[in-house]
Amino acid sequence: MHVRKNIPLILLVASVAAAALLITDPYILTMLIFIGIYAIATMGLNLLLGFAGQISLGHGAFFALGAYVSAILTTRFGAPCTAAAALAVALVCAIAWAVGLPCLRLKGHYLAMGTLAFGEIIHITLNAEVELTGGPSGIAGIPVLSLGPFSADSDARYFLIVWCVFIALFVLTRNIINSRPGRALQALHGSEQAAGAMGIDVAGMKLTVFVLSAAYAALAGVLYVHFVAFVSPQAGDIMFSIKMVTMVVAGGMGHLWGGLLGAALLTVLPEMLSYFEDYDMLIYGGILLAMVMFMPGGLTQGLARLSGALRARRTAVRPGAVTGGRTEDPVPRRTAQ
Amino acid sequence: MKKLCTVIMGCMLLSLAAPAAFAAEPYRIGAIFAVTGPAAWLGEPQKNTVKMLEEQINAKGGINGRKIEVIVEDSVGDEAKAVLAFKKLVERDKVAVVIGPSRSGPAMAVKPLAERSRVPLIACAAAEAIIKPVSPWVFKTAQNDADAARSIFDKARSMGIKRMAVISSTDAFGDAGRKQLKAIAPDYGIGIVADETYVPSDTDMTAQLTKIKGTDAQAIINWSIVPAQTTVLKNRTQLGITLPFFQSHGFGNINYARSAGAAADGVLFPQGRILAVDTVAADHPQKAVIAQYKKDYEAAYKTDVSAFGGYAWDALMLAVDALKSVGDDRAKIRDYLEARKNFVGVSGVFNFSADNHVGLGQESFEMLTVRDSNFIVAK
Amino acid sequence: MSIESQIVQFLFTGIALGSIYAMVALGFNIIYNATGILNFAQGEFVMLGGLVMVWLSVTLGLPMPLAFAVTVAAVMAVGALFERLAIYPLKKPPVLILIIITLAGSIIFKGSAMLLWGKKTYSLPHFSSEQPIAVLGATILPQTFWIIGFLAAVVAALALFFNCTMLGKAMRACSFNPTAASLVGINVKRIVLLSFAVSAAIGAIAGIVFTPVVLMEYDRGTMLALKGFCAAVLGGLGNGAGAVVAGLLIGILESFGAGFISSAYKDAIALLVLLLVLVVRPGGLLSRGEASRLKDF
Repeated sequence: MHVRKNIPLILLVASVAAAALLITDPYILTMLIFIGIYAIATMGLNLLLGFAGQISLGHGAFFALGAYVSAILTTRFGAPCTAAAALAVALVCAIAWAVGLPCLRLKGHYLAMGTLAFGEIIHITLNAEVELTGGPSGIAGIPVLSLGPFSADSDARYFLIVWCVFIALFVLTRNIINSRPGRALQALHGSEQAAGAMGIDVAGMKLTVFVLSAAYAALAGVLYVHFVAFVSPQAGDIMFSIKMVTMVVAGGMGHLWGGLLGAALLTVLPEMLSYFEDYDMLIYGGILLAMVMFMPGGLTQGLARLSGALRARRTAVRPGAVTGGRTEDPVPRRTAQ
Repeated sequence: MKKLCTVIMGCMLLSLAAPAAFAAEPYRIGAIFAVTGPAAWLGEPQKNTVKMLEEQINAKGGINGRKIEVIVEDSVGDEAKAVLAFKKLVERDKVAVVIGPSRSGPAMAVKPLAERSRVPLIACAAAEAIIKPVSPWVFKTAQNDADAARSIFDKARSMGIKRMAVISSTDAFGDAGRKQLKAIAPDYGIGIVADETYVPSDTDMTAQLTKIKGTDAQAIINWSIVPAQTTVLKNRTQLGITLPFFQSHGFGNINYARSAGAAADGVLFPQGRILAVDTVAADHPQKAVIAQYKKDYEAAYKTDVSAFGGYAWDALMLAVDALKSVGDDRAKIRDYLEARKNFVGVSGVFNFSADNHVGLGQESFEMLTVRDSNFIVAK
Repeated sequence: MSIESQIVQFLFTGIALGSIYAMVALGFNIIYNATGILNFAQGEFVMLGGLVMVWLSVTLGLPMPLAFAVTVAAVMAVGALFERLAIYPLKKPPVLILIIITLAGSIIFKGSAMLLWGKKTYSLPHFSSEQPIAVLGATILPQTFWIIGFLAAVVAALALFFNCTMLGKAMRACSFNPTAASLVGINVKRIVLLSFAVSAAIGAIAGIVFTPVVLMEYDRGTMLALKGFCAAVLGGLGNGAGAVVAGLLIGILESFGAGFISSAYKDAIALLVLLLVLVVRPGGLLSRGEASRLKDF
C-alpha cells in the first residue's frame, strides 16, 4: 500500500469528518446524504457496467426492493433496523441471483432487456400488492436507523452513517477489483473468449458481480427509506434506473470514483439550476449522449486527462507521471462486436 | 490527477456550505409543487396561481405594509426532491409557512419533517393520510376522498342504484379512492360488484370494461386523476355501455372533458364549484371568490382554470390570512390556522379545528355534469 | 354480456393492441438485423408519428392522406438524422455504448416532444366512422380494422421489399454477414442508415393508426418499446414473421389476462412472457436455432 495511492481516500475521509463537524445547514447535509446514498448504488452499478461490461436497467428495482423490505419489516413486524437491513440485502441478493442466472447465461446484452422487464414487474407488483406494500399510497412512518442506544435521528448523524458506509464499501470495492477475481473480471471486459480460454468462469463471474451490485443498490435503498421515512413505488421506477446509469456514465465507467462523481453532479446540478423547468429530460439525455460519444471515460477520465496534461507540462522529465495507480486506469474497452 | 478529483469534490462541499445572506424584508412563503415531471398538469396550475396571487397582493402594497415573497420549488413529483426542497425552504429561505406538495406521496414524505422542524405545512394533495392521524403542523386544502365518495353514493342512492362497479387508476389518488369507496359503500346499502384497475400509462381499458359489462352493475365509478381516465370514457362509449357513469373529483380539468369529447356527456362527478362558476347561484357565499379567481387566472394565463390550481389558491390565501393576523411567527400561524373558521376559499368554505385539519366537508362538493364539453351543475 | 361475446371482445381488443406491438417489434428487428443494435428509441418513433400527425392534420388542417405521408416522411427523417448524428460518427463502438446511445436518444426525443407539444394528451379523428360495429354481441370500432389492415399492408410491403428489390436483398445480405456484404460492393453504412429510416417509418405508421383509439402524449414510447421488444424476443430476434405472430399473441394474452385474471397485472403479462422466454427458449418461439447462434447484441 502506497500512501500516494491512498491520498484521495484519505482526503475523502478527512472531508467527511470535517463536513460532519462543520456543516450545520440541514439542507446541505440532506443533499450530501442523498449524494452518498446514490453514490453507494452507482458504485455497485459501476462494478457491473464499467468492470464487467454488462448493463442493467433494473437497478432501481433492487433499490426499491431493499427499501420496501426494510420498511415492511420495521413498520409491520417491529424488526430492529439492522436486522431488517441485513434481511433486505440478503433477499435482494437471492432475487438478483434468480434473475441474473438465466439472463447472464446468454451472450451479449440480454441482461439489459431482462432487467428492464424485471424492473417493470417489480414496479407493477409494488403497486398492485396493496395489502403488503400499501400500493401506490406507499408506506409512511418508517423509523429512523438505530443501533442499540445510538439513533441516527439528526441529519448530521445520518450523514456520518451514510458516508461511513460509503467509505467502507469503497475500500471493499477497491480490494475486490485489485484481487485475483477482480483482475479476472477486468479480463472479462476485455474479451470474454480470451478470459474463458484462460480458465475464468465467465458466466459465474458475471453473476457474482451482478448480485454484488444489486446488494449495493439494496443497501442504498435501505439507507434511503430510513432517512425519508416514507416510500412509494415511485422510489425505483424506470426513470430512476436510467438516472443511475446516467450517473455512472457521466462520472466514468470503470473508474472507482466515477459513481460518486456522477451522483454528485446529477444531484447538485438540478439543485443549482433550481429551475430545470421542462428541460430536465433533454439535459439527462444530452449528458448521456455527449458523454458516451465524446468522453467515454466520463468525468473522472476527463479530469484525469486534464490534470495529467497539466502535470506533464510541469514535469516533462517524468514520462511515467501521466497515469497514476492501476486502479484508476481506464479499463480496456471492447472494440469488436 | 486523483488529487484534482478530490480537490474539486472538496470545493464542492465548501461552496455548498457557504451561507446565503438574505434581507428579511418581505414575508416569505415556501411552495413545493410538481411544476415539471409526470404530474406537471397538477403542479403547473398551482405554480401559476400562487405567482399570480403574489403579484396581485404586492401590487396592492402587500400585507401589513410588507410585501410577500412566494418561493416556488419544483419537486418534479418526487419524494426525495420534495424533502430537499422542504429543508431548503425552511432552513435557508426561512419561510414562515410551506404550501404544497402537489402530490400525496411527496406530501407524506414531508409530513414528518414539518412536525420535526415545527413549520406549518398546508398541503395541496388529496390523500386523507396527510391529516389522519392529525399532525399539529400539517393542514390540507384538497377535499377528503371520503366526502367525494359520499357525494357519489348520495346521488346514486337518489337514483335508486344498488349495485356499482368501481374502476380506478393504480396511483396514490386512485388507490386511496378505491379504498374509501369500498369502505363507505355498505353505509349506503350499495354493493360493489366489480373492482377493476388500470395503470396510468394504460392505453386501452376495454378489457376491464368488458368485464364490468358482464356483471349486473347499475352504475360505474371511474376514480382517477390522470389523463388515462378519459380513455375509460371513450372505451365505455365504444362498448356501448349506457349505465350511469360517475367520475371522482380528479376529473376537475376541462381538458379531460374535451379530450373525451361526446363520450363525456352526462358524466356525473362531485367537484368544487370553481369548475361551474357560471351555473352557481349568485347568492352562494363562494360565488364572488371563484368568479374572480377564474377571471384573473384565465386572463393571466389564457388557459382554463382547474380545481388543482384552486387547492393552491386556498393554501396561499390561508397562509396570507394568517400572516396578516399574527405575523410570521410559525407557532402562532399554526394556532391561527387551527382555529380559523368560515374562510371562504375556492374549494369550499373552510372550518378548521383541532381534529379536522382539512376544514372542508361534503358540502364543499357540488354534483357536476358535462354538457358539450362544459362543466355545469347537475340538476 | 354473455361469455362468448366477452371472448370476442377480448380477442378483437387483443388483436388491435397486438398489431401495434407487432409493428414496433418489426421496427426493432430491421435495425437489429442491419446493425445488431437494439434501438431503445423505437417506441419514441411511434409517439412522434402520432403527435406529428395530430399537428399536421388537426392543427394545420391538412387532408388525412397528405398528412399521413408527410408524417411518415418526417419521422423517417428523424430516424435517419439520429443515425447520422449519433451512430455514424462512432468507429466500431462497443455494444454497451450503442445501448446507452439509443437510450439517450429515446430520452432526448421524449424531452423534445414534451417541449414541442407539452404534456397534454392529444386526440386524432378516426379514419372512418366512430360508430362501433356489432360482431357476435361484441362492439368493435372501425379503427380496429384499419389497424389490422395497416399491419397487413406493412407486412406485405416489407415482404416485397426484402424479397423483390435489390436494396432489400442487400439489407438481408448485411444482416447475414456485414463483412461479406461489403466485399460484394454493398455500402453497409448506407444500409444502416436505411434501416433506421425504415423502422422509423413503421413506427410512425403504428403511431398514426393507433392515436385515434388511445390518444397520444409525449411519454407513451417506453412502454410500447418494452412490449414491442417482448414481441421481438418471443418471435426470435430478427425474425419478421415471428415478430408479427408474437406481437399479436402478446396483445391477445394481455387482453384476456386483464379480463379474466387481474387488470392490475395486465402490463406484467408481456414482461413475464419475456423473462420466461429468456429462461426457457432464448431463441424465440418460432426458432429452432440455439441461443448461441444469437447475435452478440
